[in-house]
Amino acid sequence: MTTTTADRTLMVPADWRDFLALTKPRVMTLVVFTALCGMLAAPGHVDPVIGFTAILCIALAAGSAAALNQWYEADTDALMKRTRNRPLPAGRMDRQAALQFGVGLGTFSVIFMGLFVNLVSAVVLAVSILFYVLVYTAWLKPRTPQNIVIGGAAGAFPPMIGWAAATGHIGPMAVLLFAIIFLWTPPHFWALALFVKTDYAAAGIPMLPVVAGERVTRQQIGLYTIPMAAAAIAPWPLGYAGALYGVVATVSTLLFALMATQVAFRTATPDGDAMLPERRLFKYSILYLFILFGVLVLDRWVLA
Amino acid sequence: MTPDEQELIRQRQKSRAIVMALLLGAMVVLIFAVSIAKIKAGHA
Repeated sequence: MTTTTADRTLMVPADWRDFLALTKPRVMTLVVFTALCGMLAAPGHVDPVIGFTAILCIALAAGSAAALNQWYEADTDALMKRTRNRPLPAGRMDRQAALQFGVGLGTFSVIFMGLFVNLVSAVVLAVSILFYVLVYTAWLKPRTPQNIVIGGAAGAFPPMIGWAAATGHIGPMAVLLFAIIFLWTPPHFWALALFVKTDYAAAGIPMLPVVAGERVTRQQIGLYTIPMAAAAIAPWPLGYAGALYGVVATVSTLLFALMATQVAFRTATPDGDAMLPERRLFKYSILYLFILFGVLVLDRWVLA
Repeated sequence: MTPDEQELIRQRQKSRAIVMALLLGAMVVLIFAVSIAKIKAGHA
């Protein structure tokens, strides 16, 4: 933190809680959960200590990516109400510390994964950090409204890494798990973008509602829900999951599709619209992912 | 630098040092546990 006094600038070391905040712990819970599910849904047995180490490395890598994202976006974060209280825009930490923390955490997680779990998972882990920071944060996000479509791949890596940590390779089911999150990301983020549109516009981030308008965003939410639904149910007919997964995935996906359809065909009133269906879809989309991956593990372990 | 500012810096340094020590301790325990797991699995 930099404290400015009348005649000089005083450097106060950032609090450890601010370093923790830099890792976006709430986002990390979904990353850890999907990675754990990918690992537990994989065939074979993983030693609990090795499994714990793999999940820890994935969590640290997610923290590293989040820290580097905030380091890069400190200026735009300061312009948005939702993000202006983060450690960097709020001035509680200097940028150099955030950069060193992010690079250090990422390097440590990849080396640890390579040494103690396996090489394949370490390579995918490194690719996921670089993809999030370089491809999504630095390249796509400030340039194109399709940022979260391609950038969604960054969030789709964890179950694949979990699978690779358990098996040492990447099978078709690992790719399917990747596809589920990849295709889930656009409707999830665009639902959010619809009700925080003014925030993104203020920061100059070309999110779809800002660039193409609300109508197109709603259509895209509806369209992307179709391949997402197909990918979510696919493990059942393809024989990678049993009936329990099939039934729960079908019901929860239908509910998702219902909410997405409501958002897709709705026209928000110009004044006083609280965007309730969009908020509901956004909240449910998070729960949906928990349900989908949770039941995948239940199906593998309970019905095995 | 005023005594208050000095005190704030000392407090921050102390809390960061404690957290770092705890993390290093946890890392040592983890490396030990992983080594045992690898030896058991025959990958030593």
